[in-house]
Amino acid sequence: MPNQDESPERPEEETRFGFGQSTRRTFLSRIGMASLLATAGPAITTLGQRSEKLEQGLSAESKDAIPVSLRVNGKKYDLRIDPRTTLLDCLREHLHLTGSKKGCDHGQCGACTVHINGRRVNSCLCFAAMYQGDEITTVEGLGQPENLHPMQVAFVASDAYQCGYCTSGQIMSAVALLKEPCGPEEAEVKEFMSGNICRCGAYQNIVAAIQSVRQGTKPQKAG
Amino acid sequence: MKTFALTRASDSAQAIATAAKATTAQQGAEIRFIGGGTTLVDLMKLNVETPQTLVDINHLPLDKIEALPDGGLTIGAVVRNSDLAYHPLVKKNYPVLSEALLSGASPQLRNMATTAGNLLQRTRCMYFRETNMPCNKREPGSGCSAITGVNRSLAILGTSDHCIATNPSDMNVALAALEATIHVHGPKGERRIPIADFHLLPGNTPQRETVLEPGDLVTHVTLLPPAPGSRSLYLKLRDRASFEFALASAAVVVTVANGKITRARIALGGVGTKPWRSTEAEGELTNQAATEAVFQKAADAAMRDAKPQSQNAFKVELAKRCLVHALKLATQLA
Repeated sequence: MPNQDESPERPEEETRFGFGQSTRRTFLSRIGMASLLATAGPAITTLGQRSEKLEQGLSAESKDAIPVSLRVNGKKYDLRIDPRTTLLDCLREHLHLTGSKKGCDHGQCGACTVHINGRRVNSCLCFAAMYQGDEITTVEGLGQPENLHPMQVAFVASDAYQCGYCTSGQIMSAVALLKEPCGPEEAEVKEFMSGNICRCGAYQNIVAAIQSVRQGTKPQKAG
Repeated sequence: MKTFALTRASDSAQAIATAAKATTAQQGAEIRFIGGGTTLVDLMKLNVETPQTLVDINHLPLDKIEALPDGGLTIGAVVRNSDLAYHPLVKKNYPVLSEALLSGASPQLRNMATTAGNLLQRTRCMYFRETNMPCNKREPGSGCSAITGVNRSLAILGTSDHCIATNPSDMNVALAALEATIHVHGPKGERRIPIADFHLLPGNTPQRETVLEPGDLVTHVTLLPPAPGSRSLYLKLRDRASFEFALASAAVVVTVANGKITRARIALGGVGTKPWRSTEAEGELTNQAATEAVFQKAADAAMRDAKPQSQNAFKVELAKRCLVHALKLATQLA
Protein backbone atom coordinates (compact mmCIF):
# COMPACT_ATOMS: atom_id res chain seq x y z
CA MET A 1 0.00 0.00 0.00
CA PRO A 2 1.55 3.34 -0.96
CA ASN A 3 1.85 6.02 1.70
CA GLN A 4 -1.17 8.27 1.42
CA ASP A 5 0.83 11.41 0.75
CA GLU A 6 2.81 9.66 -1.97
CA SER A 7 -0.13 7.86 -3.47
CA PRO A 8 0.01 8.32 -7.23
CA GLU A 9 -2.89 9.82 -9.05
CA ARG A 10 -4.94 7.52 -11.17
CA PRO A 11 -3.33 7.43 -14.58
CA GLU A 12 -5.01 9.31 -17.37
CA GLU A 13 -4.62 6.59 -19.93
CA GLU A 14 -8.09 5.19 -19.70
CA THR A 15 -10.66 6.06 -22.33
CA ARG A 16 -12.88 8.97 -21.36
CA PHE A 17 -16.56 8.36 -21.98
CA GLY A 18 -17.99 11.86 -21.65
CA PHE A 19 -19.90 11.11 -18.43
CA GLY A 20 -18.32 13.90 -16.41
CA GLN A 21 -15.07 12.45 -15.10
CA SER A 22 -15.89 8.80 -15.86
CA THR A 23 -13.08 6.62 -17.11
CA ARG A 24 -13.67 3.34 -18.88
CA ARG A 25 -13.03 1.57 -15.60
CA THR A 26 -15.47 3.58 -13.44
CA PHE A 27 -18.01 3.67 -16.27
CA LEU A 28 -18.01 -0.12 -16.57
CA SER A 29 -18.28 -0.62 -12.83
CA ARG A 30 -21.23 1.83 -12.69
CA ILE A 31 -23.01 0.00 -15.48
CA GLY A 32 -22.38 -3.22 -13.61
CA MET A 33 -23.86 -1.79 -10.42
CA ALA A 34 -26.86 -0.33 -12.27
CA SER A 35 -27.75 -3.61 -13.94
CA LEU A 36 -27.31 -5.47 -10.67
CA LEU A 37 -29.65 -3.00 -8.91
CA ALA A 38 -32.22 -3.46 -11.65
CA THR A 39 -32.19 -7.23 -11.48
CA ALA A 40 -31.24 -8.06 -7.91
CA GLY A 41 -32.23 -5.18 -5.70
CA PRO A 42 -32.35 -6.94 -2.30
CA ALA A 43 -29.13 -8.84 -2.89
CA ILE A 44 -27.12 -5.74 -3.56
CA THR A 45 -26.61 -4.75 0.06
CA THR A 46 -24.93 -8.05 0.85
CA LEU A 47 -22.86 -7.83 -2.28
CA GLY A 48 -21.84 -4.28 -1.39
CA GLN A 49 -20.70 -5.32 2.07
CA ARG A 50 -18.81 -8.26 0.67
CA SER A 51 -16.96 -6.19 -1.92
CA GLU A 52 -16.05 -3.66 0.80
CA LYS A 53 -14.50 -6.48 2.82
CA LEU A 54 -12.68 -7.69 -0.26
CA GLU A 55 -11.32 -4.18 -0.82
CA GLN A 56 -10.06 -4.06 2.76
CA GLY A 57 -8.49 -7.48 2.34
CA LEU A 58 -6.64 -6.42 -0.77
CA SER A 59 -5.38 -3.17 0.67
CA ALA A 60 -4.50 -4.46 4.14
CA GLU A 61 -0.76 -4.51 4.69
CA SER A 62 0.73 -7.98 4.92
CA LYS A 63 2.44 -8.83 8.20
CA ASP A 64 5.50 -9.70 6.11
CA ALA A 65 5.53 -6.38 4.25
CA ILE A 66 8.91 -4.88 3.49
CA PRO A 67 9.85 -1.36 2.38
CA VAL A 68 10.45 -1.18 -1.35
CA SER A 69 11.41 1.77 -3.49
CA LEU A 70 10.57 1.54 -7.18
CA ARG A 71 11.11 3.87 -10.09
CA VAL A 72 8.27 3.59 -12.60
CA ASN A 73 7.85 5.81 -15.66
CA GLY A 74 10.36 8.27 -14.22
CA LYS A 75 8.56 8.60 -10.88
CA LYS A 76 9.78 7.23 -7.55
CA TYR A 77 7.40 5.27 -5.34
CA ASP A 78 8.09 4.28 -1.72
CA LEU A 79 5.91 1.34 -0.79
CA ARG A 80 5.48 -1.40 1.78
CA ILE A 81 4.64 -4.67 0.05
CA ASP A 82 4.66 -8.39 0.75
CA PRO A 83 7.81 -9.95 -0.80
CA ARG A 84 5.53 -12.26 -2.80
CA THR A 85 4.14 -9.29 -4.74
CA THR A 86 5.03 -9.61 -8.37
CA LEU A 87 5.96 -6.51 -10.30
CA LEU A 88 2.71 -6.92 -12.25
CA ASP A 89 0.56 -7.02 -9.10
CA CYS A 90 2.54 -4.13 -7.62
CA LEU A 91 1.93 -2.00 -10.71
CA ARG A 92 -1.75 -2.81 -10.90
CA GLU A 93 -2.87 -3.14 -7.27
CA HIS A 94 -0.52 -0.74 -5.47
CA LEU A 95 0.38 1.89 -8.07
CA HIS A 96 -2.95 1.60 -9.95
CA LEU A 97 -1.11 1.44 -13.26
CA THR A 98 -3.58 -0.96 -14.81
CA GLY A 99 -2.29 -0.75 -18.38
CA SER A 100 -0.17 -3.88 -17.84
CA LYS A 101 -2.53 -6.84 -17.94
CA LYS A 102 -2.64 -10.20 -16.16
CA GLY A 103 -3.28 -13.01 -18.62
CA CYS A 104 -1.74 -16.35 -17.69
CA ASP A 105 0.34 -15.08 -14.72
CA HIS A 106 3.03 -17.67 -15.70
CA GLY A 107 5.11 -15.94 -18.37
CA GLN A 108 3.37 -17.62 -21.26
CA CYS A 109 1.07 -14.94 -22.75
CA GLY A 110 3.02 -11.66 -22.63
CA ALA A 111 0.07 -9.46 -21.57
CA CYS A 112 2.16 -8.24 -18.61
CA THR A 113 5.18 -7.17 -20.68
CA VAL A 114 6.99 -4.10 -19.32
CA HIS A 115 10.50 -2.73 -19.78
CA ILE A 116 13.15 -2.93 -17.09
CA ASN A 117 16.13 -0.75 -17.96
CA GLY A 118 14.86 -0.68 -21.54
CA ARG A 119 14.55 -4.47 -21.92
CA ARG A 120 11.22 -6.24 -22.16
CA VAL A 121 10.34 -8.78 -19.47
CA ASN A 122 7.28 -10.64 -18.15
CA SER A 123 6.38 -8.62 -15.05
CA CYS A 124 4.28 -11.52 -13.71
CA LEU A 125 7.49 -13.52 -13.10
CA CYS A 126 9.35 -10.67 -11.34
CA PHE A 127 9.19 -10.14 -7.59
CA ALA A 128 8.83 -6.36 -7.38
CA ALA A 129 11.24 -6.07 -4.44
CA MET A 130 14.08 -7.38 -6.64
CA TYR A 131 13.89 -4.43 -9.03
CA GLN A 132 14.69 -1.54 -6.71
CA GLY A 133 16.99 0.94 -8.42
CA ASP A 134 15.90 -0.17 -11.88
CA GLU A 135 14.05 1.98 -14.40
CA ILE A 136 10.66 0.38 -15.02
CA THR A 137 8.55 1.51 -17.95
CA THR A 138 4.93 0.53 -18.47
CA VAL A 139 2.59 1.37 -21.32
CA GLU A 140 1.50 4.43 -19.28
CA GLY A 141 5.04 5.75 -19.60
CA LEU A 142 5.24 5.19 -23.32
CA GLY A 143 2.78 7.80 -24.54
CA GLN A 144 -0.28 9.77 -23.53
CA PRO A 145 -3.60 10.06 -25.39
CA GLU A 146 -2.58 13.46 -26.75
CA ASN A 147 0.99 12.39 -27.46
CA LEU A 148 1.06 8.72 -28.47
CA HIS A 149 4.22 6.73 -29.15
CA PRO A 150 4.58 6.04 -32.91
CA MET A 151 3.95 2.34 -32.19
CA GLN A 152 0.67 3.21 -30.47
CA VAL A 153 -0.31 5.34 -33.46
CA ALA A 154 0.51 2.46 -35.80
CA PHE A 155 -1.51 -0.03 -33.74
CA VAL A 156 -4.55 2.26 -33.94
CA ALA A 157 -4.11 2.93 -37.65
CA SER A 158 -3.53 -0.74 -38.48
CA ASP A 159 -6.45 -1.95 -36.35
CA ALA A 160 -3.95 -4.20 -34.59
CA TYR A 161 -6.35 -5.50 -31.92
CA GLN A 162 -9.89 -6.59 -31.32
CA CYS A 163 -10.64 -6.88 -27.61
CA GLY A 164 -7.49 -4.97 -26.66
CA TYR A 165 -6.54 -7.06 -23.63
CA CYS A 166 -3.16 -8.14 -25.00
CA THR A 167 -2.49 -4.79 -26.68
CA SER A 168 -0.38 -3.06 -24.04
CA GLY A 169 1.87 -6.12 -23.84
CA GLN A 170 2.04 -6.33 -27.63
CA ILE A 171 3.01 -2.65 -27.84
CA MET A 172 5.66 -2.94 -25.10
CA SER A 173 7.17 -5.92 -26.96
CA ALA A 174 6.93 -4.14 -30.31
CA VAL A 175 8.72 -1.06 -28.97
CA ALA A 176 11.48 -3.22 -27.45
CA LEU A 177 11.81 -5.10 -30.74
CA LEU A 178 12.85 -1.88 -32.47
CA LYS A 179 16.15 -2.01 -30.55
CA GLU A 180 16.67 -5.79 -30.86
CA PRO A 181 18.55 -7.63 -33.63
CA CYS A 182 15.38 -8.46 -35.53
CA GLY A 183 15.76 -9.05 -39.27
CA PRO A 184 13.70 -7.02 -41.75
CA GLU A 185 11.37 -9.87 -42.79
CA GLU A 186 7.84 -10.44 -41.52
CA ALA A 187 8.83 -13.94 -40.42
CA GLU A 188 11.45 -12.42 -38.10
CA VAL A 189 8.88 -10.05 -36.60
CA LYS A 190 6.57 -13.00 -35.95
CA GLU A 191 9.39 -14.89 -34.22
CA PHE A 192 10.32 -11.84 -32.12
CA MET A 193 6.66 -11.35 -31.15
CA SER A 194 6.14 -15.03 -30.23
CA GLY A 195 6.03 -14.21 -26.52
CA ASN A 196 2.81 -12.22 -26.95
CA ILE A 197 -0.37 -14.18 -27.52
CA CYS A 198 -3.47 -12.58 -29.06
CA ARG A 199 -6.58 -14.63 -28.42
CA CYS A 200 -8.52 -12.58 -31.00
CA GLY A 201 -5.95 -13.42 -33.64
CA ALA A 202 -5.05 -9.89 -34.71
CA TYR A 203 -1.58 -11.07 -35.60
CA GLN A 204 -1.53 -9.92 -39.23
CA ASN A 205 -2.37 -6.36 -38.31
CA ILE A 206 0.06 -6.41 -35.36
CA VAL A 207 2.88 -7.38 -37.73
CA ALA A 208 1.70 -4.74 -40.23
CA ALA A 209 1.76 -2.05 -37.51
CA ILE A 210 5.27 -3.00 -36.41
CA GLN A 211 6.58 -3.13 -39.97
CA SER A 212 5.10 0.29 -40.75
CA VAL A 213 7.01 1.81 -37.82
CA ARG A 214 10.24 0.01 -38.79
CA GLN A 215 9.93 1.00 -42.43
CA GLY A 216 8.69 4.52 -41.75
CA THR A 217 5.66 3.91 -43.97
CA LYS A 218 2.02 4.84 -43.46
CA PRO A 219 0.35 2.22 -41.26
CA GLN A 220 -2.10 0.00 -43.11
CA LYS A 221 -4.40 -2.85 -42.28
CA ALA A 222 -3.08 -6.17 -43.50
CA GLY A 223 -6.50 -7.69 -43.90
CA MET B 1 2.29 -18.98 -2.79
CA LYS B 2 4.00 -19.65 0.53
CA THR B 3 5.59 -16.63 2.13
CA PHE B 4 9.36 -16.21 2.11
CA ALA B 5 12.12 -13.85 3.17
CA LEU B 6 13.94 -12.07 0.37
CA THR B 7 17.60 -11.20 0.79
CA ARG B 8 20.09 -9.67 -1.62
CA ALA B 9 23.53 -11.28 -1.59
CA SER B 10 26.31 -8.71 -1.20
CA ASP B 11 28.98 -11.14 -2.40
CA SER B 12 29.40 -14.80 -3.36
CA ALA B 13 30.74 -15.77 0.08
CA GLN B 14 27.63 -14.43 1.79
CA ALA B 15 25.34 -16.14 -0.73
CA ILE B 16 27.11 -19.46 -0.21
CA ALA B 17 27.10 -19.14 3.59
CA THR B 18 23.36 -18.42 3.56
CA ALA B 19 22.47 -21.29 1.23
CA ALA B 20 24.76 -23.73 3.05
CA LYS B 21 22.24 -23.76 5.92
CA ALA B 22 19.71 -25.54 3.68
CA THR B 23 19.28 -29.29 4.07
CA THR B 24 19.46 -29.86 0.30
CA ALA B 25 20.30 -28.02 -2.88
CA GLN B 26 17.53 -29.84 -4.70
CA GLN B 27 13.75 -29.79 -4.98
CA GLY B 28 12.18 -28.62 -1.76
CA ALA B 29 15.24 -26.70 -0.55
CA GLU B 30 14.26 -24.10 2.06
CA ILE B 31 16.86 -21.64 0.77
CA ARG B 32 17.13 -20.93 -2.93
CA PHE B 33 19.19 -18.62 -5.08
CA ILE B 34 17.08 -16.60 -7.47
CA GLY B 35 18.34 -15.29 -10.81
CA GLY B 36 15.86 -14.47 -13.56
CA GLY B 37 13.14 -16.37 -11.71
CA THR B 38 11.53 -17.64 -14.89
CA THR B 39 11.36 -21.22 -13.59
CA LEU B 40 11.40 -20.61 -9.85
CA VAL B 41 8.67 -17.94 -9.62
CA ASP B 42 6.47 -19.97 -11.97
CA LEU B 43 6.84 -23.04 -9.74
CA MET B 44 6.40 -21.04 -6.52
CA LYS B 45 3.05 -19.82 -7.86
CA LEU B 46 2.09 -23.49 -8.31
CA ASN B 47 3.37 -24.38 -4.80
CA VAL B 48 5.74 -26.87 -6.42
CA GLU B 49 8.68 -24.89 -5.04
CA THR B 50 8.16 -23.53 -1.52
CA PRO B 51 11.40 -21.87 -0.37
CA GLN B 52 11.44 -20.02 2.95
CA THR B 53 14.34 -17.81 1.89
CA LEU B 54 15.29 -16.44 -1.51
CA VAL B 55 18.81 -15.14 -2.04
CA ASP B 56 18.86 -12.67 -4.93
CA ILE B 57 22.15 -13.25 -6.76
CA ASN B 58 21.46 -10.87 -9.65
CA HIS B 59 23.79 -8.21 -8.27
CA LEU B 60 26.83 -10.46 -7.89
CA PRO B 61 29.63 -9.71 -10.38
CA LEU B 62 28.86 -12.85 -12.39
CA ASP B 63 27.42 -11.12 -15.44
CA LYS B 64 30.40 -11.15 -17.82
CA ILE B 65 31.14 -13.02 -21.04
CA GLU B 66 34.89 -13.00 -21.63
CA ALA B 67 37.34 -14.58 -24.04
CA LEU B 68 39.87 -16.88 -22.34
CA PRO B 69 43.58 -16.75 -23.23
CA ASP B 70 43.37 -20.25 -24.77
CA GLY B 71 40.64 -19.13 -27.17
CA GLY B 72 37.79 -20.47 -25.06
CA LEU B 73 35.02 -18.52 -23.39
CA THR B 74 33.86 -17.91 -19.84
CA ILE B 75 30.18 -17.18 -19.21
CA GLY B 76 29.02 -15.72 -15.89
CA ALA B 77 26.20 -17.38 -13.96
CA VAL B 78 23.79 -14.44 -14.27
CA VAL B 79 24.48 -13.65 -17.93
CA ARG B 80 21.05 -13.42 -19.55
CA ASN B 81 20.14 -15.90 -22.28
CA SER B 82 19.58 -13.10 -24.81
CA ASP B 83 22.97 -11.49 -24.09
CA LEU B 84 24.69 -14.84 -24.47
CA ALA B 85 22.86 -15.74 -27.68
CA TYR B 86 23.73 -12.44 -29.37
CA HIS B 87 27.31 -12.15 -28.12
CA PRO B 88 29.67 -11.82 -31.14
CA LEU B 89 32.05 -14.52 -29.88
CA VAL B 90 29.21 -16.96 -29.29
CA LYS B 91 27.72 -16.32 -32.72
CA LYS B 92 31.15 -16.69 -34.34
CA ASN B 93 32.65 -19.62 -32.42
CA TYR B 94 29.68 -21.47 -30.94
CA PRO B 95 26.68 -21.06 -33.28
CA VAL B 96 25.10 -24.20 -31.77
CA LEU B 97 24.83 -22.39 -28.43
CA SER B 98 23.40 -19.20 -29.93
CA GLU B 99 20.86 -21.17 -31.97
CA ALA B 100 19.84 -23.34 -29.01
CA LEU B 101 19.26 -20.30 -26.80
CA LEU B 102 17.25 -18.47 -29.46
CA SER B 103 15.10 -21.54 -30.08
CA GLY B 104 14.01 -21.55 -26.44
CA ALA B 105 11.29 -19.56 -24.68
CA SER B 106 10.34 -16.04 -25.80
CA PRO B 107 12.36 -12.80 -26.11
CA GLN B 108 10.97 -11.55 -22.79
CA LEU B 109 11.91 -14.75 -20.96
CA ARG B 110 15.37 -14.80 -22.58
CA ASN B 111 15.94 -11.26 -21.29
CA MET B 112 15.34 -12.58 -17.78
CA ALA B 113 16.64 -16.18 -17.76
CA THR B 114 20.24 -16.72 -16.64
CA THR B 115 22.95 -19.20 -17.59
CA ALA B 116 22.97 -20.90 -14.18
CA GLY B 117 19.19 -20.86 -13.97
CA ASN B 118 18.94 -22.54 -17.34
CA LEU B 119 21.34 -25.27 -16.17
CA LEU B 120 18.90 -25.91 -13.30
CA GLN B 121 15.69 -25.57 -15.32
CA ARG B 122 13.00 -27.94 -14.05
CA THR B 123 11.02 -30.37 -16.16
CA ARG B 124 7.75 -29.40 -17.83
CA CYS B 125 6.15 -32.77 -16.99
CA MET B 126 2.61 -31.71 -16.13
CA TYR B 127 2.39 -34.12 -13.22
CA PHE B 128 5.43 -32.46 -11.64
CA ARG B 129 3.67 -29.10 -11.99
CA GLU B 130 0.33 -30.30 -10.55
CA THR B 131 0.47 -30.78 -6.78
CA ASN B 132 -2.70 -32.89 -6.73
CA MET B 133 -1.01 -35.69 -8.69
CA PRO B 134 1.57 -38.22 -7.51
CA CYS B 135 5.10 -37.39 -8.70
CA ASN B 136 8.30 -38.97 -7.42
CA LYS B 137 10.34 -35.95 -8.40
CA ARG B 138 8.16 -33.50 -6.47
CA GLU B 139 7.18 -35.86 -3.65
CA PRO B 140 9.56 -38.85 -3.43
CA GLY B 141 7.78 -42.16 -3.06
CA SER B 142 4.38 -40.91 -4.21
CA GLY B 143 4.61 -42.64 -7.60
CA CYS B 144 4.91 -41.56 -11.22
CA SER B 145 1.66 -40.46 -12.83
CA ALA B 146 3.27 -40.00 -16.23
CA ILE B 147 4.26 -43.61 -16.89
CA THR B 148 0.59 -44.62 -17.06
CA GLY B 149 -0.64 -41.17 -18.00
CA VAL B 150 -0.09 -38.45 -20.58
CA ASN B 151 3.50 -38.98 -21.62
CA ARG B 152 3.64 -37.83 -25.25
CA SER B 153 6.23 -35.15 -24.56
CA LEU B 154 8.29 -37.08 -22.04
CA ALA B 155 11.63 -38.88 -22.21
CA ILE B 156 12.63 -42.08 -24.01
CA LEU B 157 16.28 -42.13 -22.89
CA GLY B 158 17.63 -42.31 -19.35
CA THR B 159 14.23 -43.06 -17.81
CA SER B 160 13.56 -45.25 -14.79
CA ASP B 161 10.55 -46.94 -13.27
CA HIS B 162 10.31 -43.89 -10.99
CA CYS B 163 10.50 -40.99 -13.44
CA ILE B 164 10.37 -40.26 -17.18
CA ALA B 165 10.53 -36.44 -16.99
CA THR B 166 12.36 -34.69 -19.83
CA ASN B 167 15.07 -32.12 -19.22
CA PRO B 168 13.48 -29.16 -21.05
CA SER B 169 16.53 -26.97 -21.66
CA ASP B 170 17.85 -26.24 -25.15
CA MET B 171 20.96 -24.48 -23.84
CA ASN B 172 22.00 -27.58 -21.88
CA VAL B 173 21.95 -29.69 -25.04
CA ALA B 174 24.30 -27.27 -26.80
CA LEU B 175 26.55 -27.13 -23.74
CA ALA B 176 26.66 -30.95 -23.70
CA ALA B 177 27.84 -31.04 -27.33
CA LEU B 178 30.39 -28.32 -26.54
CA GLU B 179 31.65 -30.29 -23.50
CA ALA B 180 31.22 -27.27 -21.26
CA THR B 181 32.63 -27.12 -17.74
CA ILE B 182 30.45 -25.91 -14.86
CA HIS B 183 32.33 -23.93 -12.22
CA VAL B 184 30.87 -24.21 -8.74
CA HIS B 185 31.83 -22.36 -5.56
CA GLY B 186 30.62 -24.03 -2.39
CA PRO B 187 31.27 -24.18 1.35
CA LYS B 188 34.24 -26.48 0.71
CA GLY B 189 35.77 -24.31 -2.00
CA GLU B 190 35.70 -24.28 -5.76
CA ARG B 191 35.34 -27.19 -8.14
CA ARG B 192 34.85 -27.85 -11.84
CA ILE B 193 32.22 -30.26 -13.10
CA PRO B 194 32.07 -31.47 -16.71
CA ILE B 195 28.51 -30.94 -17.94
CA ALA B 196 28.22 -34.69 -18.63
CA ASP B 197 28.56 -35.26 -14.85
CA PHE B 198 26.47 -32.27 -13.71
CA HIS B 199 22.95 -33.64 -14.29
CA LEU B 200 21.92 -36.97 -12.76
CA LEU B 201 19.75 -39.73 -14.19
CA PRO B 202 16.52 -40.12 -12.22
CA GLY B 203 17.11 -43.73 -11.09
CA ASN B 204 15.23 -44.18 -7.82
CA THR B 205 15.99 -40.62 -6.66
CA PRO B 206 14.38 -38.41 -9.34
CA GLN B 207 14.13 -35.55 -6.85
CA ARG B 208 17.90 -35.26 -7.12
CA GLU B 209 18.63 -33.64 -10.49
CA THR B 210 22.22 -32.40 -10.19
CA VAL B 211 25.35 -33.05 -8.15
CA LEU B 212 24.97 -29.69 -6.38
CA GLU B 213 25.17 -29.70 -2.56
CA PRO B 214 23.75 -27.12 -0.12
CA GLY B 215 25.51 -23.78 -0.54
CA ASP B 216 26.89 -24.63 -3.98
CA LEU B 217 26.75 -21.57 -6.23
CA VAL B 218 27.29 -21.99 -9.96
CA THR B 219 29.61 -19.07 -10.70
CA HIS B 220 30.34 -19.54 -14.39
CA VAL B 221 30.51 -21.91 -17.33
CA THR B 222 33.60 -22.27 -19.53
CA LEU B 223 33.84 -23.47 -23.11
CA LEU B 224 36.89 -24.96 -24.82
CA PRO B 225 38.24 -23.16 -27.88
CA PRO B 226 36.22 -24.18 -30.94
CA ALA B 227 37.68 -27.29 -32.60
CA PRO B 228 39.64 -26.17 -35.68
CA GLY B 229 37.55 -26.44 -38.83
CA SER B 230 34.44 -27.53 -36.95
CA ARG B 231 30.87 -26.53 -37.79
CA SER B 232 28.06 -26.58 -35.30
CA LEU B 233 24.31 -26.14 -35.30
CA TYR B 234 21.15 -26.78 -33.32
CA LEU B 235 18.02 -28.23 -34.90
CA LYS B 236 14.82 -28.28 -32.87
CA LEU B 237 11.55 -30.00 -33.75
CA ARG B 238 8.38 -29.07 -31.90
CA ASP B 239 4.60 -28.82 -32.12
CA ARG B 240 4.63 -25.06 -32.83
CA ALA B 241 7.00 -22.99 -34.93
CA SER B 242 8.06 -20.92 -31.93
CA PHE B 243 7.88 -20.58 -28.12
CA GLU B 244 7.57 -24.32 -27.52
CA PHE B 245 9.64 -27.05 -25.93
CA ALA B 246 11.43 -29.61 -28.11
CA LEU B 247 9.88 -32.95 -29.00
CA ALA B 248 13.33 -33.78 -30.33
CA SER B 249 16.39 -31.66 -30.93
CA ALA B 250 20.00 -32.19 -31.96
CA ALA B 251 23.15 -30.23 -31.19
CA VAL B 252 25.96 -31.24 -33.52
CA VAL B 253 29.59 -30.14 -33.66
CA VAL B 254 31.43 -31.82 -36.55
CA THR B 255 34.71 -31.47 -38.35
CA VAL B 256 34.90 -32.78 -41.91
CA ALA B 257 38.18 -33.06 -43.86
CA ASN B 258 38.27 -34.39 -47.43
CA GLY B 259 34.76 -35.78 -47.12
CA LYS B 260 35.60 -37.65 -43.91
CA ILE B 261 34.31 -36.83 -40.43
CA THR B 262 37.36 -36.42 -38.22
CA ARG B 263 35.55 -35.33 -35.07
CA ALA B 264 31.91 -35.35 -33.92
CA ARG B 265 30.16 -34.24 -30.77
CA ILE B 266 26.46 -35.06 -30.60
CA ALA B 267 23.82 -34.21 -28.00
CA LEU B 268 20.06 -34.65 -28.14
CA GLY B 269 17.25 -32.71 -26.47
CA GLY B 270 13.57 -33.40 -25.83
CA VAL B 271 14.20 -37.13 -25.52
CA GLY B 272 16.37 -37.53 -22.42
CA THR B 273 15.92 -37.20 -18.68
CA LYS B 274 19.14 -35.16 -18.83
CA PRO B 275 20.86 -33.30 -21.69
CA TRP B 276 21.67 -36.38 -23.78
CA ARG B 277 25.22 -36.70 -25.07
CA SER B 278 25.39 -39.58 -27.54
CA THR B 279 28.89 -41.04 -27.61
CA GLU B 280 27.29 -43.98 -29.49
CA ALA B 281 26.41 -41.68 -32.39
CA GLU B 282 29.83 -40.03 -32.22
CA GLY B 283 31.47 -43.49 -32.49
CA GLU B 284 29.54 -44.25 -35.69
CA LEU B 285 30.52 -40.93 -37.26
CA THR B 286 34.20 -40.61 -36.38
CA ASN B 287 36.56 -41.47 -39.25
CA GLN B 288 33.64 -42.24 -41.55
CA ALA B 289 32.58 -40.58 -44.79
CA ALA B 290 30.07 -37.74 -44.41
CA THR B 291 27.21 -39.55 -46.12
CA GLU B 292 23.53 -39.98 -45.31
CA ALA B 293 24.04 -43.72 -44.77
CA VAL B 294 26.61 -43.00 -42.07
CA PHE B 295 24.35 -40.38 -40.48
CA GLN B 296 21.54 -42.93 -40.38
CA LYS B 297 23.78 -45.46 -38.64
CA ALA B 298 24.70 -42.80 -36.09
CA ALA B 299 21.02 -41.98 -35.51
CA ASP B 300 20.19 -45.68 -35.06
CA ALA B 301 23.02 -45.98 -32.54
CA ALA B 302 21.78 -42.92 -30.62
CA MET B 303 18.32 -44.48 -30.26
CA ARG B 304 19.43 -48.09 -29.63
CA ASP B 305 18.56 -47.90 -25.93
CA ALA B 306 15.40 -45.84 -26.37
CA LYS B 307 12.50 -46.97 -24.21
CA PRO B 308 9.29 -45.39 -25.50
CA GLN B 309 6.20 -44.96 -23.33
CA SER B 310 2.58 -45.49 -24.40
CA GLN B 311 2.31 -42.17 -26.29
CA ASN B 312 5.82 -41.21 -27.35
CA ALA B 313 7.12 -44.01 -29.58
CA PHE B 314 7.07 -41.48 -32.45
CA LYS B 315 9.98 -39.74 -30.78
CA VAL B 316 12.36 -42.55 -31.69
CA GLU B 317 11.95 -41.94 -35.40
CA LEU B 318 11.59 -38.17 -34.94
CA ALA B 319 14.89 -37.95 -33.04
CA LYS B 320 16.65 -40.05 -35.68
CA ARG B 321 15.43 -37.85 -38.51
CA CYS B 322 16.30 -34.76 -36.48
CA LEU B 323 19.89 -35.94 -36.03
CA VAL B 324 20.29 -37.06 -39.66
CA HIS B 325 19.00 -33.71 -40.93
CA ALA B 326 21.17 -31.75 -38.50
CA LEU B 327 24.22 -33.68 -39.68
CA LYS B 328 23.30 -33.05 -43.32
CA LEU B 329 23.00 -29.33 -42.62
CA ALA B 330 26.25 -29.21 -40.64
CA THR B 331 28.18 -31.04 -43.37
CA GLN B 332 26.45 -29.05 -46.11
CA LEU B 333 24.84 -32.09 -47.71
CA ALA B 334 21.32 -30.73 -47.36
